[in-house]
Amino acid sequence: MEQLIKKLKGMVHLRAYRKQRDDLHFIMVDKPQLEMILAHLKNNEGFTHLAFLQAVDLIEDGKFQLTYMLYNYSTSVNLGVNVLIDRDDAEMNSIHKLWAHGWQYQRELHELYGIDFPGSPRVEESFVLEGWEEMPPMRRDFDTLEYSDKTFYQRPGRSTNDPAEYMKEKMYKNYPPSPGIRRDDE
Amino acid sequence: MNKKHINEIEDQMKLANEGLPEKERGLFADARPTTVDAFNKYYEGFLNWARSRSLWMLAFGTGCGATELRPLMTSRYDMSRYGIAPRPTPRQASVFIIGGYASIKTIKRIVRSYEQMQGPKYVIALGSCTINGGMYFDSYNTINRLDYYIPVDVYIAGCMPRPEALIAGFNRLKEKIRAGECEGMNEYAEKFDWFKKNQKQIIKNWNMPDYNW
Amino acid sequence: MSNLSKNKYSGYDADRSKYPEMENGKAVIDLDSHKFTKIWQGPQHPGVTGNMSVELIINGDEIVWAKTHVGYLHRAFEKLMERRKYIQCFPLVCRICVPEPDTNEYCVSAAMEDLAGITVPEKAQWLRTLNLEMSRIASYLMWIGGQAGSLGMGAIGQWTVGMRDFWLDLFEEMTGGRVYHMYMIPGGVRKDLPDGFKDQARDLIVRTRKLLGDVENTFLSNAIVKSRLQGLGIITPEMVDEYGIVGPNARATGREYDIRINNPYVKYSELDVKMITSSVGDAYARAELRYKDMHQSLDLVSAILDRIPEEGALQAKMPNLVNWKIPPGQTYVKAESTRGEHGFYMVSDGTGKPRRVFARGASYTHAISVLEELAVNISLSDLAALMVSLHTCPPEIER
Repeated sequence: MEQLIKKLKGMVHLRAYRKQRDDLHFIMVDKPQLEMILAHLKNNEGFTHLAFLQAVDLIEDGKFQLTYMLYNYSTSVNLGVNVLIDRDDAEMNSIHKLWAHGWQYQRELHELYGIDFPGSPRVEESFVLEGWEEMPPMRRDFDTLEYSDKTFYQRPGRSTNDPAEYMKEKMYKNYPPSPGIRRDDE
Repeated sequence: MNKKHINEIEDQMKLANEGLPEKERGLFADARPTTVDAFNKYYEGFLNWARSRSLWMLAFGTGCGATELRPLMTSRYDMSRYGIAPRPTPRQASVFIIGGYASIKTIKRIVRSYEQMQGPKYVIALGSCTINGGMYFDSYNTINRLDYYIPVDVYIAGCMPRPEALIAGFNRLKEKIRAGECEGMNEYAEKFDWFKKNQKQIIKNWNMPDYNW
Repeated sequence: MSNLSKNKYSGYDADRSKYPEMENGKAVIDLDSHKFTKIWQGPQHPGVTGNMSVELIINGDEIVWAKTHVGYLHRAFEKLMERRKYIQCFPLVCRICVPEPDTNEYCVSAAMEDLAGITVPEKAQWLRTLNLEMSRIASYLMWIGGQAGSLGMGAIGQWTVGMRDFWLDLFEEMTGGRVYHMYMIPGGVRKDLPDGFKDQARDLIVRTRKLLGDVENTFLSNAIVKSRLQGLGIITPEMVDEYGIVGPNARATGREYDIRINNPYVKYSELDVKMITSSVGDAYARAELRYKDMHQSLDLVSAILDRIPEEGALQAKMPNLVNWKIPPGQTYVKAESTRGEHGFYMVSDGTGKPRRVFARGASYTHAISVLEELAVNISLSDLAALMVSLHTCPPEIER
């Protein structure tokens, strides 16, 4: 794996590399080089299995982080390729030519995050939502509780407790504040 | 029937099936549901006895509660002992089991299936998520109260209810039917506009007619 | 639109001399010509494995075009988990896939442990292995009933789903829950095995083997089943990479990919798990493979029962779970469910709630792009059998 990372460093600008476990590594690349590096990993390095493509909403930085999780059957190693894209006009190159099921993830991201993938087949179709009129719901600034309260009728009598407060109230009332350790090894 | 009559009927049909493509408008009935009055005491009592003993349920597993229907249908709990049989189409079924949470896409199909069922028809709502949303109370895609969209006769609480609880629910439904208390169908006809208003509030692309059984 | 003239995957070549007419290698499907019918299978079709619908265009009784529609079960788990504390996620995750909830629980606990750097004690690892392997058996038992039911053999469904219920009883003794267990929590498991559990489990293994013998005689050796399943829905080895096919569907084409062997988790590295593959790739080969896999799971369960240590901690040293904060990071944890690679991708940002959780279900590709490809050119009555033989589970697609 070290050899591969060295080789990739010679090819593209690796913004970050992190080893999570022996069989799980993450690299971060620049957006324009992504398609090239995915094709290289698939065709030459044996990372033929695309496990998933997903996004993380980094709303503080104004970015989306996309993760392409690849798997190499012969070395049994997972490699996650991260790439940051702008949150405001989120657009990414499509990978449907590399993997025949890539369009599914792109359709999902288009619907749930509002990321556009020009050229991806069926990307405009609805995936799980039907007649949705609000902003893409998986974005961090969409408040699902507020929407639910507004749209669906609540049955009166339901109460919600914050577990920390509730436990303090009910269980630890007579005890001094706990140091934060709940139980020991045994 | 003169020309004027035909024009009037056509106007009414357009109203009822508004929102459909032109060629599909004639495919749906356009009469509102009507309430059904009970017969005299003895005859209705006999009918209710008969109804309670042949409950045919619609095999539409609308949520994860449908998982517990399979043990119920098969050899361990064997619901045919109680005169309950699954039917594949709404037009042959008399009990609709809402198996838990109903997402917006499903509630549209639930409404259509419920309206296609022939009376007398009963609804069993299964699981906490049909009562007040359960653990999906803050989800943007699941409803919180089922009784705002279709009338419910029996609720079975739990997540998910065990097959024994389902059998208890069926027995409760039978008691209610024999006592003549299951008036969900009439309630739907009486409060039809209110139900339709609630349904339209959450089903944003209303591409089906108002009356479509 | 699939390529109709040259069907590269299905073994059956239809007579295309009359219609649909081909134009530039694509079929001309004009619904107004009254040569085709558009029908929907599902969402309330009893042959469907879950709440999912397939939009079909048929020519006679032959499918010429198929498209999967999902979303009937979308509960927005991933959004809800972003609003919950880490420990509050556990009632949610097991509901992602109903027939096999334990894989979800394991993946989420393991992802949290991986991010927080917690090592799980030895005995808890063994109990997790036992729970995971038992859930595989329960899921397979339900599957084989569905596969037989889709061919009209209701009796086998009666037997196997009834037998699955006894496995659920075991789960109830072990975890307290019948369908949803919430047994694995970060740092270990919730409780030890009850008294007499091992004898009960061994007894049930014997009964399940006897039932499987009956199933083999009546189902796998049945001439009608063979004639209907052989040649149906052939997956070629090239498709595996192209579509990301995993699990028994991939192993039936000869691809050696079983996460229990390739990337062993919990205690699978100490157990003797064999790679079961086939080279045919049709629905019958998948059924046979799953049948062998069930026997292997029964072997594994009895091996695990012998090796569970009597003494040992059930929980690692954990901070207060109510105020638990996990350092920033991202991880991907996967496990072998009965449908294949089931994984969770988790991103934490240093607060007490996860930033992003994504559940990667194996059915995601099986039920959409693979099914749309394989459904073309088969007969309408075989579609339910094809769907069950791909072992699709819609809740893990839309979550």
